[in-house]
Amino acid sequence: MREMIKMVVVLTVLSAFSGGLLAYIRDNTKEQIENQQLEFVKGPAIKEILKGAANNPIADRFKLKDGEIERSFFVGVFEGEPSAVATESYGKGYGGDVGLMVAISIKEDKIIGVGVTTHSETPGMGARAKDDPAFATAFKGLSAAEAVKVTSDGGKIAALSGATITSRAVCAAATDIVEIYKRLKPQIEENLKAFKK
Amino acid sequence: MAKTLVQEFTKGLWEEIPPFRLVLGLCPTLAVTKSVENGIGMGVAVIFVLVCSNVLISMMRNIIPPKVRIACFIVVIATFVCVVELVMQAYTYPLFLKLGIFIPLIVVNCILLGRAEAFAFKKGVLASIADGFGIGIGYTIALAMLAAFRELFGSGNLTIWGDMKVMEVFGSSFQPFQFMVEAPGAFVCLGLMLCVMNIAGKK
Repeated sequence: MREMIKMVVVLTVLSAFSGGLLAYIRDNTKEQIENQQLEFVKGPAIKEILKGAANNPIADRFKLKDGEIERSFFVGVFEGEPSAVATESYGKGYGGDVGLMVAISIKEDKIIGVGVTTHSETPGMGARAKDDPAFATAFKGLSAAEAVKVTSDGGKIAALSGATITSRAVCAAATDIVEIYKRLKPQIEENLKAFKK
Repeated sequence: MAKTLVQEFTKGLWEEIPPFRLVLGLCPTLAVTKSVENGIGMGVAVIFVLVCSNVLISMMRNIIPPKVRIACFIVVIATFVCVVELVMQAYTYPLFLKLGIFIPLIVVNCILLGRAEAFAFKKGVLASIADGFGIGIGYTIALAMLAAFRELFGSGNLTIWGDMKVMEVFGSSFQPFQFMVEAPGAFVCLGLMLCVMNIAGKK
């Protein structure tokens, strides 16, 4: 009986100690990990779509509450004005979620660039959404007031041949971001003022 | 029978060098040795976990009831592996991406459980530290050697640290053996190295 109690006590104390230690370390590294992920996973896409910005869009970011979800917005400063924001959303692709970063110009309500961040599509087929620059270029200049669709759905984006599902996923993600933008525009403008120099 | 601390340390470097002599911890050995940088990164992670878990287990060897010792070892090892994973994620993210799943897999690496069971649970704290460093550094050297061999013939280059210092050993006319950096090449290299180690170790 005594041995039984000892076993339980030792394991409990050990586990509790481990849990505490891990929670402490997690709390202390959380922010740094987020920064690293931004820089190495989403960073290249953000820098690409906000090309020419005078600031560092990864450092200049703010968060907004959208219903239950908290979204990160990245700010692009052009000609001295913080006039563009980029944010990320997901669409259902062929092999899983396709992450898309979309930059929108506040002044013109237009999409100024898109970039696929994460995906698990087939290499050579759906993966061209990320690798083929021509596909992303087609999104430039689209109005941020209406839904983004592929041509076969009555939209303006020519789907990648052999990768209709991926193309639709990218469009769905873009549409989602356009919706978010419309919904949150007043708050976005409010937040952007802080980045004016 | 009692070995000195120096002996406990040096045995890990030659007599009991993990992948070659104990033939333990082969899964990451085969998988991460595509470049020297990855090999060393993995080795450093193992050294940290091994030394910390050895120390903790050795300190608690009189408290842990023998019946639940394996469970206790796993809790201790898993904790330190999580610590390494978080720290790597926070400060060396590109390396973390390359090593990926093999960092969490250190938990089930037989070297760690083996050293805990066979050594730290029976010996004192100082001896366990020496043993942890010895085996860990031995493991790192083994990984680095294997990785250097594969990288040298597989790509013709040697990456010392990051992308900054890539040495072109054979010059541009060298046609790399693509095979060496692929998975089967790892088996062949490891086999050859085991063979060399056995011949060299024969008395």
